Amino acid sequence: MSTQMDETLEKPRVVIHGRKVVGGVAEGEALVTKETISGWGGVNAMTGTIIESRHELKGVSFAGKVLIFPGAKGSSGWSGLFHMTRLRGTAPLAMVFNVMTTKAALGAVVMRVPTITECDQDPLEVIRTGDWVRVDGDAGTIEVWSRKPGA
Amino acid sequence: MVALTPAEQAMLEGTQGKATQKAMELLVRYAEALGAERFVETNNVAGVPGSSPPWVKEYYAADGGDYRAVFCRFDLDADEVFDVPKMNAFSCHLQGGMDPELWREQGMDEAAFGNFKSDEGEVAGHGIQILKTCTPYLAGNVPVMGEHCAWMESSAVVFANSVIGARTNCEGRESTSAAMLAKRIPDWGFHRDEYRRGDHSVEVAVPVDSIFEWGMLGYFVGDAVQDTIPVITGDISDPSLIRHKHFGAAAASSGGVEMYHMVGITPEAPSVESAFGGAPRGERFVYDQAARRRIYETLNSVGQSEDVDYVMLGCPHYSIEQIAQAAALLEGRKVHENSALWIFTSRAVKATADANGYTDTLRKAGAMLMTDTCSAISQAIPKGTKVAALDSAKQVHYLPAMMGIEGWYGTTQECIDAACTGKWKGKLS
Repeated sequence: MSTQMDETLEKPRVVIHGRKVVGGVAEGEALVTKETISGWGGVNAMTGTIIESRHELKGVSFAGKVLIFPGAKGSSGWSGLFHMTRLRGTAPLAMVFNVMTTKAALGAVVMRVPTITECDQDPLEVIRTGDWVRVDGDAGTIEVWSRKPGA
Repeated sequence: MVALTPAEQAMLEGTQGKATQKAMELLVRYAEALGAERFVETNNVAGVPGSSPPWVKEYYAADGGDYRAVFCRFDLDADEVFDVPKMNAFSCHLQGGMDPELWREQGMDEAAFGNFKSDEGEVAGHGIQILKTCTPYLAGNVPVMGEHCAWMESSAVVFANSVIGARTNCEGRESTSAAMLAKRIPDWGFHRDEYRRGDHSVEVAVPVDSIFEWGMLGYFVGDAVQDTIPVITGDISDPSLIRHKHFGAAAASSGGVEMYHMVGITPEAPSVESAFGGAPRGERFVYDQAARRRIYETLNSVGQSEDVDYVMLGCPHYSIEQIAQAAALLEGRKVHENSALWIFTSRAVKATADANGYTDTLRKAGAMLMTDTCSAISQAIPKGTKVAALDSAKQVHYLPAMMGIEGWYGTTQECIDAACTGKWKGKLS
């Protein structure tokens, strides 16, 4: 009985399918925003913190999180800025976004983190900040748990 | 999967050398991330190839910690370091980190200037034009309608697509550096006809007839349509280069607008139907008096104190027309002792300003005409700045957030008055 309970707990709450942007597998805590993210001028690369005035995540760092967001906006320095977060160790572990842009695509490529887009369910609705998320870029799957499995 | 021509396949196999091979590898990864099916050829590339602050060079210390290491490892995202030849495409360097002469006044030290000079020597040595501006179209690189470009700089991209009818996505540092070698960029987005059609309507219901008004409308439009393509109709008049420059920069900052249509004004919008490629669709936004006031208040929401200690003009880089206007507004006046006025432009435009005597006029008034950069790019503001006044919706969007200062948005006249009195008196008429 208890084994069955554990298995139930270990099953993801939801599995989202999408298209690979960058391959690889990573898992971690989700950070979800319904607002688009500016790279250069919107993020401090040294800390991975969002600094844009009036952004709902202003002051929050995505370092070591799975970043779930609608898409990229703003300066063409997006990829360069996120590339620098990779150098500083403040990059997100993985990314899921809705709207494809050259900024987000190139940023994901040079950050080299598993990234998925074109999801079959809206990740901004289905995933909550604090959920445990496993992004498999190659398989195009995003598994979501309400808390870290086995924790 | 992206389809490769025999020439592209050959580049990938290394027949054009290691650097071009690695550039092509990155472009293939990028094209596949986008879902592009092929490449287009480009011979007009604008980026920031290889320029980097010292900490990035130090990060690559094991590879020599120099321009070469940064170009290979960072720009081309390669896992090895190799010799980088002269670029193959017509390539331009956009804005840089400091003024080549007034860097001390900007608070830079000898070491930072040494790094800047060294990078610039490398850029020139690789056959890349030292335009050092966010407005390449004012400094010797004006694309033509239909030309496939690979440009960085959101304000230049939106200008090229919308005002000129050239074709470029908002490229990044790595894709432009790779394109300089491979002369290719993914055939995606604005390179394709179907992507250049309007998504939403914006009706202008208040007169938009000055650069200040064009800037606020741009900020409204970006906020409304985000990263889609607006089709703008209504009470917008007297188009000019500087108005488009200001409008596009604002729309690219508040949203992610990379192309807009103004019916009867921009080249791919002779009519509403042609702008949409059929019947109008999407949402309809109205820019009325209430919207105008809301945008003005939004742009001024980071201003509290009326004691202005810094006025920055030249975002995007001022044209010679704007420098002439600023010089005229400053004639016979002095910048207040509690304030500073820095005006930014390109080296090409500054040469004209020098010839016309504007640089001297500005200097005599206590202002400085600077090139290459701006306060947001260089993160250089006069020491102790707490409150800035700006005539650019884009700059007020970025600078206060980046530097932790207050900011006001107003007309060029209001900004220059603030510089000369130390007081902000801007208001919406």
